[in-house]
Amino acid sequence: MSSNKKYWKSVEELNETSSIVETLKNNEFVEPIPTDEFFGDKESLSNSSTTRRDFLKYVGFSTAAASLAACEGPVIKSIPYVVQPEQIIPGVADYYATTMFDGFDFAHLLVKTREGRPIKIENNTIEGAKFSANARVHASVLSMYDNLRLKQPKIDKKDATWSEVDVKVKAALTEAQAAGKKTVLLTGTLASPSAEKLVAEFLAKNPGSSHVIYDAVSSSTALDAFEAVYGERALADYDFAKASTIVSVGADFLGDWQGGGYDAAYAQGRVPKQGKMSKHVQFEANLSLSGAAADKRVPMTAADQKQALVKIYNIVTGASVATGKLANEAEVVKAAEQLKSAGSKGVLVSGLDDINAQLLVLAINANLNSEAFNTNQTRQIRKGSVQKMTELIADMKAGAIHTLIMSGVNPVYSLANSKDFTDGLSKVKFSVSFSMKEDETATLTTVAAATPHYLESWGDVQIVKGNYGLTQPTIRPLFNTRQFEEALMVWNGVEGTYYDYLKQNWSGILSGKTWNQAIHDGVFVSETTSSSSAGSTDFSSAANALAQAKSTGLELHLYTKTGMGDGQQANNPWLQEFPDPITRVSWDNYVTVSKADAEQLELINRNVANGGLNGSYVTLTVGTTKLENVPVIIQPGQAKGTFGLALGYGKKAALKQEMQVGVNAYALYTNSNSVQTVIVSKQAGEHEFASVQLQKTLMGRGDIIKETTLTIFNAEEDSRVWNPPAMVSIDHKPIEASKIDLWTSFDRTVGHHFNLSIDLNSCTGCGACVIACHAENNVPVVGKSEVRRSRDMHWLRIDRYYSSEDTFAQDKDKKENFDGLFGDKGSLGGFGEMEHPADNPQVAFQPVMCQHCNHAPCETVCPVAATSHSRQGQNHMAYNRCVGTRYCANNCPYKVRRFNWFLYNKNSEFDYYMNDDLGRMVLNPDVNVRSRGVMEKCSMCIQMTQATILKAKKEGRPVNDDEFQTACSNACSTGALAFGDVNDKESEVAKLAEDDRMYHLLEHVGTKPNVFYHVKVRNT
Amino acid sequence: MKKVGNPNSISRILLFSLAFMLTFSIQIFAQDAAAGKALFNAQCAACHKLDGKMTGPALRGVGDKYEKEWLYKWIRNSADLIKSGDDRANKIFNEYGQSPMTAFPQLSDADIDNIIAYTMEPKVEIAPPGPDTGGNVVVSGGISNEVILGALALVLGMLVVMLFLVNNVLTKIAKANGIEAVAKEKSLPIWKAYAKNQFLVLVTVIFLLLSSAYFAYGWMMQIGVDQGYEPVQPIHYSHRIHAGENGIDCKYCHSSARESKHSGIPSLNVCMNCHKNISEVAETTATEEYSKDFYDKEIQKLYAAVGWDQAEQKYTGKTQPVKWVRIHNLPDLVYFNHAQHVTVAGIECQTCHGPVEEMEIMKQHSPLTMGWCINCHRETDVKLKDNDYYKKIHEELSKKYGVDKLTAAQMGGLECGKCHY
Repeated sequence: MSSNKKYWKSVEELNETSSIVETLKNNEFVEPIPTDEFFGDKESLSNSSTTRRDFLKYVGFSTAAASLAACEGPVIKSIPYVVQPEQIIPGVADYYATTMFDGFDFAHLLVKTREGRPIKIENNTIEGAKFSANARVHASVLSMYDNLRLKQPKIDKKDATWSEVDVKVKAALTEAQAAGKKTVLLTGTLASPSAEKLVAEFLAKNPGSSHVIYDAVSSSTALDAFEAVYGERALADYDFAKASTIVSVGADFLGDWQGGGYDAAYAQGRVPKQGKMSKHVQFEANLSLSGAAADKRVPMTAADQKQALVKIYNIVTGASVATGKLANEAEVVKAAEQLKSAGSKGVLVSGLDDINAQLLVLAINANLNSEAFNTNQTRQIRKGSVQKMTELIADMKAGAIHTLIMSGVNPVYSLANSKDFTDGLSKVKFSVSFSMKEDETATLTTVAAATPHYLESWGDVQIVKGNYGLTQPTIRPLFNTRQFEEALMVWNGVEGTYYDYLKQNWSGILSGKTWNQAIHDGVFVSETTSSSSAGSTDFSSAANALAQAKSTGLELHLYTKTGMGDGQQANNPWLQEFPDPITRVSWDNYVTVSKADAEQLELINRNVANGGLNGSYVTLTVGTTKLENVPVIIQPGQAKGTFGLALGYGKKAALKQEMQVGVNAYALYTNSNSVQTVIVSKQAGEHEFASVQLQKTLMGRGDIIKETTLTIFNAEEDSRVWNPPAMVSIDHKPIEASKIDLWTSFDRTVGHHFNLSIDLNSCTGCGACVIACHAENNVPVVGKSEVRRSRDMHWLRIDRYYSSEDTFAQDKDKKENFDGLFGDKGSLGGFGEMEHPADNPQVAFQPVMCQHCNHAPCETVCPVAATSHSRQGQNHMAYNRCVGTRYCANNCPYKVRRFNWFLYNKNSEFDYYMNDDLGRMVLNPDVNVRSRGVMEKCSMCIQMTQATILKAKKEGRPVNDDEFQTACSNACSTGALAFGDVNDKESEVAKLAEDDRMYHLLEHVGTKPNVFYHVKVRNT
Repeated sequence: MKKVGNPNSISRILLFSLAFMLTFSIQIFAQDAAAGKALFNAQCAACHKLDGKMTGPALRGVGDKYEKEWLYKWIRNSADLIKSGDDRANKIFNEYGQSPMTAFPQLSDADIDNIIAYTMEPKVEIAPPGPDTGGNVVVSGGISNEVILGALALVLGMLVVMLFLVNNVLTKIAKANGIEAVAKEKSLPIWKAYAKNQFLVLVTVIFLLLSSAYFAYGWMMQIGVDQGYEPVQPIHYSHRIHAGENGIDCKYCHSSARESKHSGIPSLNVCMNCHKNISEVAETTATEEYSKDFYDKEIQKLYAAVGWDQAEQKYTGKTQPVKWVRIHNLPDLVYFNHAQHVTVAGIECQTCHGPVEEMEIMKQHSPLTMGWCINCHRETDVKLKDNDYYKKIHEELSKKYGVDKLTAAQMGGLECGKCHY
C-alpha cells in the first residue's frame, strides 16, 4: 500500500479554513504590482503636477533618447597577459585539489578556477578524500571575495606594515620574558601537523609561553571522555555505512555534531538493497536533520535523554543502574534491544554535553564491539578545552598574561562570558589577533593581523588520524595578508616560506608518494596505523552520576544551523539567503518552540496576507544573561519543555548592514554547554520572517511525495502496490497516465537524453546542492524583504514536508470509534492527540528544480517562444527572448520558474556580492547574468553538459557515463542526485530510471518530466 | 649594368661613379661582397645584424676589430677558442650571456672572407621613399582616365553652351524677321492635376509609407551590428604582414582557439618568439601608406610593452600590458565556442573573419547576427572524419532524416539553449 498520508509544509495548512492558504494556492505571484495604489487614488492623480500631455512627452523623449543612446556601442578593451602562464588557457577551467579546515568546517576539495580566480568548490573524489563539502564549504569561495575583509595589518587601528608588526611582537615577547609574565597562543583547533610543529617550536623558543585551544562550538565533553578512556585528546570516528542499527541520543550527526561529515556513509545504508536498509532511531529535543531522516524519532528533553542513555546502557551492557521513569520508556527499551541484537552492526551516538553521557557512549559502543565505531583513526578537528579557556580568562583578569596571540578565534563574539574576556584583554599588555575580518576581537587587540582565506594559503590538515590533506593556494593573496604559520616562522627565526617549511615537514609524512603527486591529489593516506586501547574506566559510576541528573526546568538547546554554522561566514549572502532545511526560514535565527509550549506562553506564528510569516518575540533568560527580542518559530516535533536557538547569528562587526540579522546566542552558551536552563517570557511585537515555507503550496495534490515502509516494500513483488502509477480517465475508463499522450511525442531516442534521478531515501536535506547551484548558475541574492515577498531566486529548492501518522480521514474514523473516556480508544486522551497533529511529524525532503518536461506546459503559453524543448531532454530558456509575461510561471505545475523582479547586479538597492567588483569575481563566465524582467529557471546545467560533449568531440571519442554532471549532482555527497544520459543504456541513471521505486512528480498531468524521484522507504 | 642605356647624363655620371666605387672596393678587398651577403643572410642573420645587437653582436666592421685568422677559428669552432683561454673569445662569450655560437666548420676561408667583405661595406643611408619612375607610370595611368573623362565633360559642356548660343541666335533672327512664336496653351500645373487624382495620391502615400518602413526596418536592424568595425589599435598590428606575407598560421598566435571558447589575443611573449630577432621590417614590407619607419616604431612599442631592452638584448621586467580594442563583441546572452568550430568542425578562420591575411587593419568581416549564425548552421555539414563522438549519433540521425550528410542544424545546432544560457 502506498501510504495515504497527509503532507503539509506549514502548520497553517492544517487549518482547513485558512484563507491565507487559499489565497496562496490560487496566486502564483502573491504580491500584485501596486498599480491600484497609484491609479486608484483619484485625488493624488488629479493633483499630480505631471499632466497626461507631460507624461506622453516624457515617454516620447525617453524612448527616443534610449534608442539613440543604444546606437553607439561601447568600446571594449581586451588585455592579454604579457607572459601567459603555460597551463592557463583563457576560457578553460583549471582544477586544483585542496583541503579546507577553518576551525569548524573541513573537506577535501577540488577548486574550479577560471583565468586564475577560483569560482566554484567541488568535491575531491580521489581515493582517500572522504570528506565532502557541505553548504557552507560550497559557499566559502564567496567569502574570499568579501570586500569587508581585513586588507592589511593594523597596529592600534592604524594601517601598518608586516615588518612593523614583527618588531612589535618580538619586542613584546622579550618584554614578557623579562617581566616573567606569560605569553599565550590562543587558537582554534589547528589539526595541522606543520602548524602544530611550528607552535611547538614557538613554545620551546619562548619559555613561559603556552598554547590554549578554543573551539567556538565546543566538543569539549566528548574530548574529555575520549581522553579519559583512550588517552588521546581526539574524537572517535564513526562509519555509519557499517551500521545496521543507529541509535542517536541527541546527536545531530547529519548536521554539525562533532564536525559532521557523516552523511555520505549514512546514506549508503539508507537505500534498500536486497530488502535491507539500516534502522535509525533518534531521541532529540530540536527537530534536526538527523531527526528528519530517522525512521523513528522520539522528542525528548535533555534530562530525559540522559535517563534514556542510562537505560540503553543497562540493557546493552547488562548493568543495572537505577533510573527514573520515562514517558517514552517503551521506545527507549525497544531501541536498546534493537541495538543489542544488532551487536557489532549497531552503533550509538550522543550529543549530550556531559562527560558521563559521553563516557557511556564509549562504553556502549565498545561493549557492542561496534564496527562503525573507530577509536584508531580518530578525528583531529576538535581539540578545544573549556577548562583551559576558563583558566586563561582568569589569568588574564589577574594580569598574569603579558602577550596574547590569537588566530582563527573571535572569543569576544563567541564566548558567553565575553565581558570577562574583554576585561581580561584590557589587562593584557600586548595582543595580536590573526583574522580575516576586523571582527569583535580584532578591534580590541593591539595588532589586527590580516590573514588570507584558505584559497590563498598553504597548509596541511589531518582530519582523521593518518589522513593528511594539503591546502594549496588557488589565487594570489588578494590583500596584504600573512598566514599565522608564516608569522610564527618569522618570530621563530625560521628562514624561508611556509611552503618550504611544509614541504620539509612532509618529507617525514610522505611515503611512497612524491610531494608533487601529493599536491596534485590534495590528500595522502598514511599506511601506518596506530591502535589505541581503552584504559580501565569506571563506567558504572558515570552511569550512576548520569542517572542522578534531574530536570532543572525549561531547556534551551543551542545548535548550529545548516546555513550558518558557527557564524564565521556571516557576511556571505548565499548562506544568509539559504533557507533552513527544517524551518525554511532564511536571514534569521529564532527560538523554536513546541506547539504546547507556544500555547502556554501565548506565542503565535501567523501568516499575513502576502504569505509572509510573522512571529512573537520572547526574552530568554539564562542565569543572569538576558537575550531580548528573540523571534519565535513554532516548530512541529520540538520536544515539549525545550527551546531551540541557533548560534552564529547576531554578529555586527565587519558585516554589511543587510547581514546583521538575528540574535547572538553565544551569549547564552555558558561553559560551552549546548543545553541551558532557561526562563522564557513573551515580549510585545511581532517579527517579520523571510520564510519560504508557505510559498509554492501543494495545490491539494497530495501524491507529490510517495513513501512506503520497508515491510511493504519487501513483501510486495508488484511495485504498483506501493508505487501506484497515476491514473487518468479516457473514454470513461481508467488508464495509466504514462500510457497516453495528448501531444505528438518528440523523438529523443537519438543522441543524448539527460535525466536527473533523485532518491528521497538518501536525501538528507543538507542543501549543498542549493549553494552549488547558486555558484554555478550566477543565481542572484535578493535579500530578506524580497524573500518574504516570495521572490526568492533559488533554482533548486529543497521542499520539506511534514506528515503525521494519521490522515484526516483516519482522524474522522478515530473520532467515530471513540469508546468511553479512558483507554486506548478513550476520547479524553484521543481528542487531545488530535488537536496536535504536528507534535511529532515525520519529515521528507524533496529537492525540486525545473522538471524539464518533455511536454512542458510553460512552452505552450509563452507568446514569444522564449522557452523551448531540446532533443537532449533539457527545457531551454532564452533570456534575451523573454519579455516577462510570466505566463510560463503561472502555467508551471511544479512552481520552479523564477522571475527577475529587479536588476540584481550592479544595483545598490541589492547591495550583495553582485554589487561589488570583488564579489562579482565569483561569477561563472559561462553563464549569463540575467537582467530585470526576465524569467529564469534551472537549465539542467546545460553549460556543463555542453562542455562535456565538446570535450569528447575534441578528443574524438564517445562520452563516458560518469562524465555528465550537473552542479547539484556533483555536489551531492549522499548520492541522492544522479545525472546522466538515459539513451546510454549502461549508464547509472538509465538503470535508476527502470527501478521499481521510480516515479515522476504529478504524473497525471502528463508533463513527462526528465527529472524523476524514487519512492521513500521508511524502516519503521 | 645592362640598364645603363639611359640617355640622361646625370644618372649616367652617377652610375659610372657607383661602378667605379664598386670596382674600387673590390680591388681593396678582392672578395665578393655580393656572395658574402647571400651567405650572411643564410647563415648569420638568425643571430646577427650588421648594425645593432641581437643574439650576437653587430657585425659591421668586424674585419677591423679582429684579424682574419682569429675570425676563422672563432667562426668554425668558437668553443675551442674559448677553451684555449683566448682573452678576446672569453670576453665576448661572457658578454653575451655565455651562450655559445653555433659552429660553422663547413665555411671555407673564401666564404668567410666574402662574409667579412660584406660586413665591411659602408652603411648606406636609405633616403625616404620618394616618387620613382615606376610609381609615376602607375600614377599617370590613373590620371589619363581622369583626363579622358574631364575632356569628355568639357566637350559636352561646350556642346550645351553651343546649343544655347545657337538657340539664342535663332530666336533673335526670328524676332528680327518678325516671326511670332506660337503661344502655349495654358494647362493645369502638373502638381494640381496630381493632387486632384485621389487614387494617385493614395498609391503614392502607401508607397512612401511602405518604403520608409522598409528603410526604417533595415536601419534599425543595423543597430548593434558592427560589421566593418575597424578600431584604431594601440599598436598598429598588420595581419597582412604576418598572416599574409609571412604566412604565419592563425593558430600559431591564437592558439587557444583550438582549446577554448576564446580565440585569445596572444600574450606578448608569443610576439617575442619572433620579434626578439625581428626588430625592424624589411624594406619591401613598407607600403605607400605605411613606411618602414612607421612599422619599426610599432615594433618598438611592442618592446616597450613587453619590457625588452633591444640594446642589451634582455628583459627589463618593466611591462606595460597592451589594451587592445576588442573588435568582435558578442553580447553576453550568447555563448560561442571557438574550439567547437575550429577543432571539431575544422572551419577555416576566414569563413567568419574574412580575408584577414589581406587586412592591414583588422576589422569585423561578418555581421555576427543570429541569422548569420543560423544560415551557416543550416548549410554546413557536420565534420565526421576521425571523430568517434559522431559515429553512432550520425548514423542514427542520418537514417532518420534520410540524408547522407547531416548539417549542423540537423544535429541540433538550431536549438535555442545550445547558444543561449
